[in-house]
Amino acid sequence: MAEQLKMTGIKKVFPGVVALDDVDFRLLPGEIHALMGENGAGKSTLIKVLTGVYDIDGGDIELAGQKVRFTGPLQAQQAGISTVYQEVNLCPNLSVAENIFIGREPRKFGRIQWSEMRKRAQVSLARLDLDIDVSAQLDSYSLAIQQMVAIARATDVGTTKVLILDEPTSSLDASEVEQLFTIMRRLRDEGVAILFVSHFLDQVYEIADRMTVLRNGRLIGEYRTAELPQMQLVSKMIGKELEALEQIEEHAREATVTERGTPIVDARELGRTGAIAPFDLTIHAGEVVGLAGLLGSGRTELARLLFGADRPDHGALLIDGKPHTVKAPREAMAEGIAFSSENRRTEGIIGELTVRENMILAMQAARGWTRPIPRRKQDELVDRYVKALQIRPADPERLVRDLSGGNQQKVLLARWLITEPRLLIIDEPTRGIDVGAKAEIQRLVAQLADGGMAVLFVSAELEEVLRLSHKIEVLRDRRLVEELENGDDVDADRIMQTIAGGATT
Amino acid sequence: MTVVTTPPTPQRNRSLLGGRRVYRPNTKHIPVLATLALLIVMYSIGVYNYDSFGDTQVFLNIFVDNAFLLVVAVGMTFVILTGGIDLSVGAVIALTTTVAATLLTAGWPAGVVLPLVLLIGTVLGLGMGAVIHFFKVEPFIATLAGMFLARGLALLINRNSIPITNDFWTQMAQKRFRFDDGVFISLNVVIAAVVVLIAALVLAWTRFGRNVYAIGGNADSALLMGLPVGRTRIAVYTLSGFCASLGGVLYSFYTSSGYSLHGQGLELDAIAAVVIGGVLLTGGSGYVLGTVLGVLVLGLIQTIITFQGDLNSWWTRIVVGILLFAFIVLQRLVTRKAK
Ligand SMILES: Nc1ncnc2c1ncn2[C@@H]1O[C@H](COP(=O)(O)OP(=O)(O)OP(=O)(O)O)[C@@H](O)[C@H]1O
Ligand SMILES: [Mg+2]
Repeated sequence: MAEQLKMTGIKKVFPGVVALDDVDFRLLPGEIHALMGENGAGKSTLIKVLTGVYDIDGGDIELAGQKVRFTGPLQAQQAGISTVYQEVNLCPNLSVAENIFIGREPRKFGRIQWSEMRKRAQVSLARLDLDIDVSAQLDSYSLAIQQMVAIARATDVGTTKVLILDEPTSSLDASEVEQLFTIMRRLRDEGVAILFVSHFLDQVYEIADRMTVLRNGRLIGEYRTAELPQMQLVSKMIGKELEALEQIEEHAREATVTERGTPIVDARELGRTGAIAPFDLTIHAGEVVGLAGLLGSGRTELARLLFGADRPDHGALLIDGKPHTVKAPREAMAEGIAFSSENRRTEGIIGELTVRENMILAMQAARGWTRPIPRRKQDELVDRYVKALQIRPADPERLVRDLSGGNQQKVLLARWLITEPRLLIIDEPTRGIDVGAKAEIQRLVAQLADGGMAVLFVSAELEEVLRLSHKIEVLRDRRLVEELENGDDVDADRIMQTIAGGATT
Repeated sequence: MTVVTTPPTPQRNRSLLGGRRVYRPNTKHIPVLATLALLIVMYSIGVYNYDSFGDTQVFLNIFVDNAFLLVVAVGMTFVILTGGIDLSVGAVIALTTTVAATLLTAGWPAGVVLPLVLLIGTVLGLGMGAVIHFFKVEPFIATLAGMFLARGLALLINRNSIPITNDFWTQMAQKRFRFDDGVFISLNVVIAAVVVLIAALVLAWTRFGRNVYAIGGNADSALLMGLPVGRTRIAVYTLSGFCASLGGVLYSFYTSSGYSLHGQGLELDAIAAVVIGGVLLTGGSGYVLGTVLGVLVLGLIQTIITFQGDLNSWWTRIVVGILLFAFIVLQRLVTRKAK
């Protein structure tokens, strides 16, 4: 079959990094093709080179047999390439409807037809099984919904020949992923060539027909999904066999908290109207508490209350047994509570600073700005976490902006780990992180808990929660509905039932 | 072994989705409403304290005296909505009036001079926009250079104030639209009103207008969304240049003179009006209507000070300064609360 898209000998060099080196890639019409690779392998760069976000340093691009070279996303879009870039790239100040249609609004005599546009936006979101107020401003919605809006924007164009989705599922829950897959399958059957990037291997195996594996900016190979077992794929991605992953499997479940004492945090009837119903929760030193629940079930909201990012309007919070009103994150930090946000783009990472500066930020803030951390100490700490989290490129002086999405996530995590908090709240720490590093992070968390740190672990991945937590809090509809001691009788199905509301024991 | 697993699909739960939206009041209108309230309070104070302050003509004179500023501020609104700034507008007014006066004195027909001076401002704006876009120069720097350039050119042409005696110009300056009860507005006001109306329509109903907001919201995203970011940015500065030179023409109607020192510090007045009108300095939020209110606030302060009689006119500046602070703080609070 003739390729819809063919890239040959693609080369892209950033100062100090060869992001892509002689990469070939082809996309057939009517296929879903997964682009696989570790964090920093060059997936997003390949996409951005294709759509003209970056200039290309070598190689050719052919679209339907025609040689092309786009000068920007606009030109790529006009040629029939629709793209959802990694991280939500929309305008927070515009309405949902506008975000879907801006640039191709329905017009009459040059005048935008607002009501028509809203109607169409509603239809286009309905296809993703989403029913929201499309005239509301985009940033009034959660990250997941924003992601769905971005997907709606890309999939709504009738003239699309190539659809590119760079980690579209990282902030979606299972049912939303299913909706997306339904649409992807339909578009594929209509002959659209689809490029899909994800670190969720199950998703890739469910949806992709073929895949291309990149490693360190080089092409490793192109395979049919059916012919490449998962284990082989992973070892192709990371370039070695992975026993490492298996080590932590049983770790957390066995470790039990021996000695209890006063809990670090003791929430009594703590709540905030509209965010989360009053709940009780205790977290002891050395304990890993997992928060499970669908997106929007109040997971993040609960975590934010404990950290003082939002103010409770109900109940009390005891820290070390003493009543405490954490009014601001700064006060929580002074009590040794750290919070790594799920939204790294807007709340965490500062792109213009280097990896080192980003990492020591929280620690420096905790010490106060009058007592700078000696440079030697900084380098030592930063080095340790760059290694522990396998941040690549392993160069502390690089601007964080220039790191791949997954590596940015690791830097953010390191920022909080460095402060050696007594309670670490991590919201979706492994989102967008490749399998190898994911295992590393899980192991690190388990290790830190063994060392006495308490961890509140928020994740959409039940397996991950199950693997690490001593105790699991299940949330539904902004309410803490059940607390489960993690044991042999607890498994994903059991939790799923509680989440879905049909809990029977 | 399963490396990564996503949770199995639960029953679709619609109420969950509905509940996911965080409630938030429409914070976009708050700054504009605040300005409106301020305006009403100030006006009431004026009417209460001074005789004949409540005359319709007094109110209309605010428009008559500030029509040129309004036109300039409308251009500035576009620029600030994209998150930029244009410091050159005051100097462009000086250049426009100087060139117009010089050429008219030399006997050029008004029909040639008028389009020519409008073109000068527009081209200057285009140039600054191009520099900002292609060379990635900060708008602050590029328009600062534009400001020096325009002011310098004006001074080079003529250091002195040049009276304008051209028939057409005088006619335009004296043209009055009278209403039944004897009150009137000048031609300048009508022109400014038309500019405001067109600007409001463009911002709300055209692709260009929406792109302006998108760029102010997040320029990087706008680029990835395939919006013509470069073109829009350049257009916005071109537009501001045009508005500045049109403002200059109105100013030369208003003062019947051309002078290289006209419009000193006017860029700051324009920026102040836009900000007091509730346009976010970081871009992406605000309305032309707000700008109109902002200009009215500035004009009203001046009127009050004139009526008071014994106050130094520098009080205008002081009050404007305080108001600016207040409004920037208000914007902070509103946007923070929204977060
Ligand atoms: N703008 C940039 N400037 C400099 N280096 C960059 C830039 N963008 C990416 N890189 C580097 O290029 C390499 C490839 O990054 P890329 O974002 O393509 O990775 P990725 O495969 O998408 O990873 P992830 O799974 O984490 O998203 C990385 O080493 C990254 O640090
Ligand atoms: Mg990427």
